[in-house]
Amino acid sequence: MKNKLLPVFITTIFIIIFLFLYKGLQNSNIYTPEVKINNKIPSFSGELFYEEKIIDTSDLFKLDKIYLVNIWSSWCVPCRQEHSLLMNLKKIYNIELIGINYKDTKINAKNFLSELGDPYRKIIFDKKGINAIEWGAYGVPESFLIKDGIIIKRYVGPLNQKLLSEINQLIK
Amino acid sequence: MKILKLSFIFLFIFSFNSLKANNGDINSKITKNLRCLICQGQSVYDSDSEFAISIKVLVDKKLEEGFSENQIYDFFKEKYGEWILYEPELNKNTYILWLLPVLIFLIGGAIILKTFIIRIK
Repeated sequence: MKNKLLPVFITTIFIIIFLFLYKGLQNSNIYTPEVKINNKIPSFSGELFYEEKIIDTSDLFKLDKIYLVNIWSSWCVPCRQEHSLLMNLKKIYNIELIGINYKDTKINAKNFLSELGDPYRKIIFDKKGINAIEWGAYGVPESFLIKDGIIIKRYVGPLNQKLLSEINQLIK
Repeated sequence: MKILKLSFIFLFIFSFNSLKANNGDINSKITKNLRCLICQGQSVYDSDSEFAISIKVLVDKKLEEGFSENQIYDFFKEKYGEWILYEPELNKNTYILWLLPVLIFLIGGAIILKTFIIRIK
């Protein structure tokens, strides 16, 4: 009786393992980091683009204001696409834009801004890309909406008109 | 006296080199255990993507600031989630991953042991 049970037991275990692994095959193997919101603003020091001095994030953000932190670069094509929206955002809404210039050269970044306009109140010059990591970003463009010192929304990829309306709803 | 001076200089140079090598070793160890999010399937150590290069620079910076290996893992885990680590911690999502090999080993061992006992008898 025991000898008969053993093959059944082994086969059952193999079937369970097979089903477990087969189910795993259906899952996407591309991982996207979970979008963490309601986090505090990361604390780090960065170099200001124009002023060329080091500033701490605690000096950059005030609690009573609403900010949109936008990670951008002159070599990034989607950044070019979303730039007109950022210009509108600055004009229309009660929101301050903070730019993080990601792995760029100052000449190219300045040319980009003089061609398309500068919507940013301050820009952090992130030549090595380490400030973007402090925000948990892994590419450009990415944007973070900040209200009362808390990140309330994160946008991976370029902004569009629909997202702009969403931002308008969130900051009301 | 001259020999003493020379040996001091050698000692100084070699101690400096070993310090640098140690930092490099820890950096390699850490970046080998971090997954690149851009070219998934590669570690940060193996990858040359912009993201991986930035991570390598930041790991160096954190080591210089005096962060321990575990503190650096915690930092990246907080930013990108646990998936960024190649060696996940034991928690409710990963207990099958950690315990299944042990379970299979124990069951396999029990089967082999039982077979031997039966044969001996």
